[in-house]
Amino acid sequence: MTYNERLENVAVLGAAGKMGSGILLLTAVHMADLSLQNKDKTYVLYAIDVSDKALTGLMEYLRVQVRKLAEKKTVWLREMYADREDLIENFDIIDEYIMDVLKIVRPVTAVEAAYNSNIVFEAVNENRALKVKLFTQIKQHASKDVWFFTNTSSVPIHLIDEEALLGGKVIGFHFYNPPAVQRLVELIKTDNTQQEVVDFAYEYAKNLKKIVVPSNDFAGFIGNGHFMRDGLHGISEAQKLATEKSIPLYQAIYMINKVTQEYLIRPMGIFQLMDYVGIDVMQFILNVMNPFVNDEELHSDLLDTMMEQGVKGGQYSSGAQKDGFLKYEKGKPVAVWDIDKKEYVPFDTFKADADAMLGVLPDSATPWKATLKMKNKEEVFNKFYSDLKSTNTLGADIALRYGKRSKAIGEKLVADNVAHNADDVNTVMLTGFFHAYGPINNYFE
Amino acid sequence: MKKLRRKVYMTAGYNTVSLGTGRKEFNPRKPRPGVEHYIKEAGQGVLQQIGGAKNVDESVIGNFMAGRFNKQGHLDGFIPMIDKGLSMKPAVRVEGACASGGLSLVTGIRQVLAETSEVVLSLGFEVQNTVKAIYGADILALAGWFKNRKKGHAYFFPGQFSDRAGAYYEKYGYERTRKGMARWYANAIENARLDPTAQEYHNTNPDPYATALKMQPNGKFFVDHLTVLDCSKVSDAASGITICSEEGLKRIGIDKKDAVEVVGFGHAVRDITSDPTDLTELETIKFAAHQALENAGITIDQVGTVETHDCFSIAGILAVEALGLAAKGEGADYVAASKTSRTGEMPINTTGGLIGWGHPTGGTGVHQAVTIWQQLTGKAGDAQINISNDRPYGLTINMGGDDVTVTSIVFKRGE
Ligand SMILES: NC(=O)c1ccc[n+]([C@@H]2O[C@H](COP(=O)([O-])OP(=O)(O)OC[C@H]3O[C@@H](n4cnc5c(N)ncnc54)[C@H](O)[C@@H]3O)[C@@H](O)[C@H]2O)c1
Repeated sequence: MTYNERLENVAVLGAAGKMGSGILLLTAVHMADLSLQNKDKTYVLYAIDVSDKALTGLMEYLRVQVRKLAEKKTVWLREMYADREDLIENFDIIDEYIMDVLKIVRPVTAVEAAYNSNIVFEAVNENRALKVKLFTQIKQHASKDVWFFTNTSSVPIHLIDEEALLGGKVIGFHFYNPPAVQRLVELIKTDNTQQEVVDFAYEYAKNLKKIVVPSNDFAGFIGNGHFMRDGLHGISEAQKLATEKSIPLYQAIYMINKVTQEYLIRPMGIFQLMDYVGIDVMQFILNVMNPFVNDEELHSDLLDTMMEQGVKGGQYSSGAQKDGFLKYEKGKPVAVWDIDKKEYVPFDTFKADADAMLGVLPDSATPWKATLKMKNKEEVFNKFYSDLKSTNTLGADIALRYGKRSKAIGEKLVADNVAHNADDVNTVMLTGFFHAYGPINNYFE
Repeated sequence: MKKLRRKVYMTAGYNTVSLGTGRKEFNPRKPRPGVEHYIKEAGQGVLQQIGGAKNVDESVIGNFMAGRFNKQGHLDGFIPMIDKGLSMKPAVRVEGACASGGLSLVTGIRQVLAETSEVVLSLGFEVQNTVKAIYGADILALAGWFKNRKKGHAYFFPGQFSDRAGAYYEKYGYERTRKGMARWYANAIENARLDPTAQEYHNTNPDPYATALKMQPNGKFFVDHLTVLDCSKVSDAASGITICSEEGLKRIGIDKKDAVEVVGFGHAVRDITSDPTDLTELETIKFAAHQALENAGITIDQVGTVETHDCFSIAGILAVEALGLAAKGEGADYVAASKTSRTGEMPINTTGGLIGWGHPTGGTGVHQAVTIWQQLTGKAGDAQINISNDRPYGLTINMGGDDVTVTSIVFKRGE
């Protein structure tokens, strides 16, 4: 079966979810583009989810997003529709293309729809039993030699393979959120993954213009392998700071968040990032990962407490940030959760004290955003971190310790053979987490 | 064309801001003023200078495609909205694509010549930021022959002028042409910065010439032979001016010195269903501009400043050649040598032209007349250039479509 033939019948499980909807969009557009070039073939993409309501929302999302994509490739579309006398203006052509993409998509709630598919992309909830159950069912009833592409963030792929009896026809194809925007894909094959599946995965990623980083099949892979440990470090730094300086934990959380954003030059502080990912998701992934690691304990009491208190972060379906460790107004953090009083404490009430404790940033500090277009980043970072080393402030201490820990986490991923090399770790953190520099660097020595 | 049978003047010009990307107050995600606002602002801006609506005999409004940009037709109906005093008086809407403003002017001139009016309110406007550029391209493409649309570029008009630029590069050399085009852009920006209503007024680029020269055309992202800096932008704006007889001037109480006299004009149309015979020549512009000069009884070396239709930098360069300022194939060098800059041999587009001031398609022709009126009567503010006594004339060229409809007017300060 050729690449194109394989894409003639595809299913996405969990298609109305955060990740599923993006995967569906990208795949639908890719299939529609193939259909424009192979007009005698019929392409079918099943959007499978349990929620009818969410599937209705998915179709609306597709309509809006496909229009945006079409507006960017109208020149190419005009060529594709050159033989259609009735399509003259860009308006006509873009509308037709939207219809051509939507025509491919079949929103359904019945998993049976996937029985005729050649490929199943899976993005249901991060629940190993659920994933295995769905795969087993489809595999048993499949009329074709079906391949499975799972988006799991933490479940080792070989376990899915063994438990669902997939015979190596499975690969981890780990998009980042949101899939339509984020260019990174972690590709996880097992010892058993068939080479043709791997080849297809690379070709598909290339056609979607993704950057592929291969990761070995260890729970959490590279991205979460780093982020989870980095987050736990942030939590323990906050707890330590609260004890040592006898300040409330919420204030320490604010301070660590500030240091990780401003001193480490990241797009957001570590607590904001945990809120963004979702405290529930983070706890869940940690629980999946923990049994697979022997030399450390991937667990946090603070996360448990937050969950018990019902403060979970994550995002609304509109994409707006839900409150978690921090409370948000128009997307910006304004207050922090106090686990003792179970309420948010506005930054204003302690910010001045907290900032004074951290001390002043060296003049060579640059906000993350300003570094995006810089050509001489390395020079700028070298200067800043060498200045930081000679600044004797609490903020500098925490930052330098943080940078070293981040590097150690990255190096351990290589040592443990999760990542093939330091470059791969850095690529994941640069492209998947938008860090300004990779964790394996020499700035903090 | 015959000599004008009576004196015709223009005065009391007014421009709204040209709103669009580049202006600080422009935010594509926020609601913006609509058609009504622009017509009203420009109309009232003129009326205030001429003693009110009671002095106006009739009105002309030029607009290209409000029917699609704004889903609004029947535009003459908006004239009495400007002022109750315009109610129950004649008004007419004229359309000739991007020459609609020029048609508004020549229609007004003819009304005065016909002696059906002593004072005409002439307006032109377009509100185009209502749709994304990719759809705006469809609407602007209606200035071409619709039967050619299918085979045209997604960005139809940039595609047409890209073909002209490509032909010019091939015939006369790429490097030297790009230098001329980059200089054209730099002049436009530098002039626009002197006019607070210009779209590029807030432009702070320290070296627009270098920016334009560095940017290479790339057909993968846009069209083959032009960059975005070679193109005028998408603009919302309106302009207005008064066209009147000597008697009209008296009625509105404006001194001849504060008016410009229309000493001649040209107006010509080429068959829209036929391709240009020579891509490196703007034959209709050449014809109409020479007609205007002849009608005025002067030659180009008596002209002190020109407003020409630079919807694309290449159109500016070809107009330089059409006017006879440079020989064929030498227009780019002429511009590259800064001869069209505000201190050069022939200052062109002294408030930025279409690339710098903005290109509200149906308003451009009127805007050009306002600029010439300002320059010849010393009202151009920071943008004022020196007009010498031996070259007292100003000339406008307004083009619709790909050199299809052209109006050209020769002005001189009233005396
Ligand atoms: N959110 C992220 O940042 C992120 C990033 C990378 C990978 N992932 C992984 O992607 C997967 C999906 O995560 P998400 O964040 O999109 O979750 P989500 O909750 O937004 O989406 C899950 C979707 O699966 C649907 N679903 C549940 N049971 C189903 C069933 N039996 N059949 C079909 N659909 C079913 C749900 O209705 C929901 O629409 C998880 O494995 C997660 O670990 C998430």
